[in-house]
Amino acid sequence: MTDTRTPSKSATLSTGVSRRTLLKGTAAVAGAAVGSGAITGFPTIWAQNIKNVTLRQFGTGVSNLNAVADKVKEDLGFTLQMTALDSDAVTQRAVTQPKSYDIADIEYWIGKKVFPAGVMQPMDVKKIKNFDKIVPIFITGKLTPESAIAQGTAPHTVGFVEGKDSTKFAKAPTEWMTLIPTIYNADTLGIRPDLVGRPISSWKDLLDPAFKGKASLLNIPSIGIMDAAMVCEAMGEVKYGDKGNMTKEEIDKTLKIMTDAKKAGQFRAFWKTFDESVNLMSSGEVIIQSMWSPAVAAVRSKGIQCVYQPLKEGYRAWGGGLGIAKHLSGLELDAAYEYINWYLSGWVGAYLNRQGYYSAVLDTAKQHMSPEEWAFWMEGQPAKADILSPEGKVMEKAGAVRDGGSFQDRMGRVACWNAVMDEDRYMVRKWNEFIAA
Amino acid sequence: MTLTAETSRPSATAAAGRARRVRLLPRVAPYLQAAPLTVTLLLFLLVPILTIVAVSFWDYDSVRIYPDFVLTNYTELLTSPVTWKTYLNTLKYAALTWAITLGIGFTVAYFLAFHVRSTTWQMVLFLVCTIPFWTSNIIRMISWIPFLGRNGLLNSGLISAGIIDQPLEFLLFSDFSVVLAFVHLYALFMVVPIFNSMMRIDRALIEAARDGGASAAQTLWNVILPLTKPGIAIGSIFVVTLVMGDFITVRLMSGGQSASIGLMIANEISLLQYPAAAANAVVLLAVVLIMVVAMLRVVDIRKEL
Repeated sequence: MTDTRTPSKSATLSTGVSRRTLLKGTAAVAGAAVGSGAITGFPTIWAQNIKNVTLRQFGTGVSNLNAVADKVKEDLGFTLQMTALDSDAVTQRAVTQPKSYDIADIEYWIGKKVFPAGVMQPMDVKKIKNFDKIVPIFITGKLTPESAIAQGTAPHTVGFVEGKDSTKFAKAPTEWMTLIPTIYNADTLGIRPDLVGRPISSWKDLLDPAFKGKASLLNIPSIGIMDAAMVCEAMGEVKYGDKGNMTKEEIDKTLKIMTDAKKAGQFRAFWKTFDESVNLMSSGEVIIQSMWSPAVAAVRSKGIQCVYQPLKEGYRAWGGGLGIAKHLSGLELDAAYEYINWYLSGWVGAYLNRQGYYSAVLDTAKQHMSPEEWAFWMEGQPAKADILSPEGKVMEKAGAVRDGGSFQDRMGRVACWNAVMDEDRYMVRKWNEFIAA
Repeated sequence: MTLTAETSRPSATAAAGRARRVRLLPRVAPYLQAAPLTVTLLLFLLVPILTIVAVSFWDYDSVRIYPDFVLTNYTELLTSPVTWKTYLNTLKYAALTWAITLGIGFTVAYFLAFHVRSTTWQMVLFLVCTIPFWTSNIIRMISWIPFLGRNGLLNSGLISAGIIDQPLEFLLFSDFSVVLAFVHLYALFMVVPIFNSMMRIDRALIEAARDGGASAAQTLWNVILPLTKPGIAIGSIFVVTLVMGDFITVRLMSGGQSASIGLMIANEISLLQYPAAAANAVVLLAVVLIMVVAMLRVVDIRKEL
């Protein structure tokens, strides 16, 4: 059902857009935009006092955007306070100070840690207007009915709980959703094409002795171990049952290979924050490393060549979503649902897509993007005009093509999701040994 | 007679009461005067430390901590080879930084105290030493990175001068850069107390030494050095405790490739492993206290001040 919708639609689009269908499309978009405007007006009884509501949202920097808070004030009338923290701090705060926030914007693997603590409440999918249109990765785990489910903490495995008061993740979709997906992407290695001197096609190139002293890995254990696993698997050194849930033996083997490489001087540095990765790359200290897509954009914006290299083994994906704190009720809870419905209604989706991320409901986001933007970001076509960032800065010149291509090409080739493992504690200890080695 | 006796009795007790009050106040006053500091120390030093000690015996999983009394945090910490390696590494940084800052600190202080004759110039030059401290710690540290990098100022300078053909890789993200940053950050903590001690040395002693036929080196070794010991001890305590507890310098300057105890604690906190971090902090506190006590055994600061 919904599984096929998104892919088939963009498939027809990419096979050739006639001028007529395009015009028709825009008309429909305009109509839908007017229509959705009528819906977002929400002339309900509490429309007056909802203005006094303040929702406190916290989460990682990627989606905690002031532009979103401003737009919420404009469209919905209430105030959204945003706090941006790093993912470790987010996890901590979500669990230890559940009263300090109303809405948590967290990644799915964080959700796997946080939800069982009973600090959040699941959402009733009947109240989510665009639930049917959410990209099926988050519902069934499959982008298309044929695609394989990726390893790791795939969002659909922690996307639902068994009931309203349950903290147990459901095996199949239920009416109670833990997180409404907001933002996700497929990560890979970033390279300096001017300095690597040869085509890069596999994760194992990270440990190529040719790049000795010029490679880097990110030092966030739960994510770094995934990149390490992608490398070891590509080398053929380790076979994994599930890279997102390794056995102790698999962890040992993976980190043995990494430690040997470290001792041999393969790595120049390990980075922990966004800006560190940008500086390492733009200064030429590092020419191949794990990277995040906006960091690649930041390096490029300095006029330095940097490619977010697609690799044959596939991508490591991550995704985040909005969850509601347990203590929310009454008017504030209504406001939270209002906000989440608005989030999926297209404006934010378009905003996120324009940053190079992906949004949960593609149909509505498309209505808020120009056909050129949609073709560049989602269909992997050469840009027909200069591509602007949401702030209006030129990100890509006309003619550029997105690294990795279309949405299907990128999200369809996810090998593994960011994850939290059963052997988490052991893994972290071993990771620290690797860093100290 | 009886009448006067009766009237005098209450006045006598009143006088006694007044006297007691008068005598009470001087006895209470010191306590009252000490109270603000005591309360501050209790609230901001003793209570947090006791909390840390208590938490170090708690249990935890990946998201929560449970009040308990378990020794696993300590056994895991003390039996792990990583802990020992990390302590050794941190001690290595502390020792290197201490030795180098001591050399620099003593030389600079000696120059200021004995070579610069006018007090005005002494103060001016002393202030010059403090100028770097007008900017933030982090900025001073980070500014080394573009300087020492592969394509940094130093490497490109050396290459264009024809001294080397390949950029020197060890300059950045190495033990060298970590110690360099430490020395840069903490040298002043050595200069100030040593300078202070040297300024208190009675110049007549030096003249006496010279009159007695001592060479400059002998004066330095037998007169100045013993008299600056308290300054050296205070400076050493500053430098060693700062280096032992540091985490950000090691992380930034080693490019995340080296570990220090502070970094280990920071990692544990970020992974919600508060009890493990607390146990680590308690052990670190004990180690640093032992080091400070040892230094104070060598030099009795109070006697020699």
